Amino acid sequence: MSQYFHSIRIKTENCDGRMKCLRSCPTQAIRIRDKKAFILEEKCIDCGECITACPNGAIVALTDPFGELSRFKHTVAIPSPALYAQFGRSILPNRILAGLKKLGFDDAFDLAFTCGDTSLAIEHFLDEYQGPKPLISNSCPSVVSLIQVRYPQLVDHIIPIKLPKRLAAKEIKERKSKELGLKPEEIGTFYITPCPVKMIAIKQPLSEEECYLDGAISITDIYGPLLSALESEDKDSYRKSLESICILGIGWAIAGGMHRTQKMKNVLDVSGIAEIITTFDDIERGKLQDIDLVVPYSCPQGCVGGPLTVENRYISYNKILRLLETLEQENIEACRDKREIRERYRQKYFHMQQKYEPRPIQALDEDLGKAIKKRKKKEKIYDSLPRIDCGICGAPTCLAFAEDVVKGDAQPSDCIFNVPVRFKELTGELSRLLDGFGSVGAGKERKPGSEKKRKKS
Amino acid sequence: MVSRHNLSHAFEIKGGDFGKAGCVSLEIKEILRDLGIDPAIVRRAAIAAYEAEMNVVMYAESGKVVLRLNPKVIRITLEDQGPGIHDIEMAMQEGYTTATDQMREMGFGAGMGLPNIKKNADRFELKSKVGKGTSYNIIIHLNPEGGT
Repeated sequence: MSQYFHSIRIKTENCDGRMKCLRSCPTQAIRIRDKKAFILEEKCIDCGECITACPNGAIVALTDPFGELSRFKHTVAIPSPALYAQFGRSILPNRILAGLKKLGFDDAFDLAFTCGDTSLAIEHFLDEYQGPKPLISNSCPSVVSLIQVRYPQLVDHIIPIKLPKRLAAKEIKERKSKELGLKPEEIGTFYITPCPVKMIAIKQPLSEEECYLDGAISITDIYGPLLSALESEDKDSYRKSLESICILGIGWAIAGGMHRTQKMKNVLDVSGIAEIITTFDDIERGKLQDIDLVVPYSCPQGCVGGPLTVENRYISYNKILRLLETLEQENIEACRDKREIRERYRQKYFHMQQKYEPRPIQALDEDLGKAIKKRKKKEKIYDSLPRIDCGICGAPTCLAFAEDVVKGDAQPSDCIFNVPVRFKELTGELSRLLDGFGSVGAGKERKPGSEKKRKKS
Repeated sequence: MVSRHNLSHAFEIKGGDFGKAGCVSLEIKEILRDLGIDPAIVRRAAIAAYEAEMNVVMYAESGKVVLRLNPKVIRITLEDQGPGIHDIEMAMQEGYTTATDQMREMGFGAGMGLPNIKKNADRFELKSKVGKGTSYNIIIHLNPEGGT
């Protein structure tokens, strides 16, 4: 029945309808009926705000349990660079990767390198690009969904470069199957994710391109075990560990980090859905044409602020930033051969085969004439409402409620402020009934009798 | 019968109110989106409305935008109480501007406003009386052939 795969589920048994999620949703995709929340699928962009907002833990991300690993002969962890920011400042990526291997993965892949490759590819793409500006980064899938749902006119602005985790998974499967003599499907690739939305890229790829990722494990799930699996001391010296970090890619974890170390052109960084919406409104008006690339992250501060992370987003942001600064000061630039990347770029290694398609929200009616009528009705209903967005009806705002009524998904009486009105109507009806009752004996009211007669005949 | 389908909305704009600048075009966009209008047309209407709105904010004392819509056509009219335009032909040229340096520093007044409205409208009429104000009539057709 559902057209779109979503990675967020509401555990109805845990939900007691406290409306925190209702208010937190940036696309007004949540409603509450009979004290239980549910998601309007066409509006949801899987940003995960509701997961963070729910005090009962009733909203969960659909990630894979650790046990999934046993399905494969060889498993590889591909952690989001946001994982590197979850631990103390002295714990560098190579120690975290080693910890993942101790946890049971056969290998752990440093995604930052593929991120770095992709940054270079984006730079090449910007150099050649002639179309409408600004381009918009596709690195955050929630942002891509937001564009498809609310800004269908901007889908052509999304940069058609493949995502690092997908490129990495493909590379791993190809390389490992050769090395180990295994079939690609016997090798399990697991993304360690800071947010639920990344699951969608796995379960429902935006394009028909084959997806080489087998699953996603949330940072919150793996954090505890990983923490105790970390070696107490770094095997390598601090300097040597630093030298293993890809400066071009590690910044992908934070807003502003993707292009920091590059000579990318005029780039604008935005984070947080509300800010992104303001920015996209500007782009739709034809502003920001002097910007080459907008890099939006739906989570404030970037992926380090994801709903499935553990550390305070400002602290983890700061950790990545300091790491970048140190690498810059020390002149450490571990990354892959730039000429090779350029060659790959020329061979279209990074280019997406398919375009992003819009998925605009359903109109009030398919027929424009009827839609206009319904819009007028919606406004009339809205005018009759208190406009205080109390949420008691189960919709996040009075306007959303008016729309629900017009679409037939809610009743006017669901608004608590309509209760006195309804009460008056009912008492009115009651007194009329009572009046009628009193006069039946006087023989004035003959309706019930006549009805009976009609039925008999 | 068509008139029953007409939608009409009026919006007031205060000159100099940069904080609220853009709200009217946002609301117009929201209405059109609700109606399921082709996104490409929504965008054209939103850009035209935005430029018109900004002209009031930047130059006039006040203005009133009216959105009218039937299943065939979107009409956006604007009347402002402002200084008026001395030379309309000149004002319609790209890059021509009377904006202050300060406005341009803020990214406004690049002299693209009126040309941009013209570019996004199927029909654009502009009348102005110096010292009194300016009125705009912006028409965008909803059917691809462009006939009314």
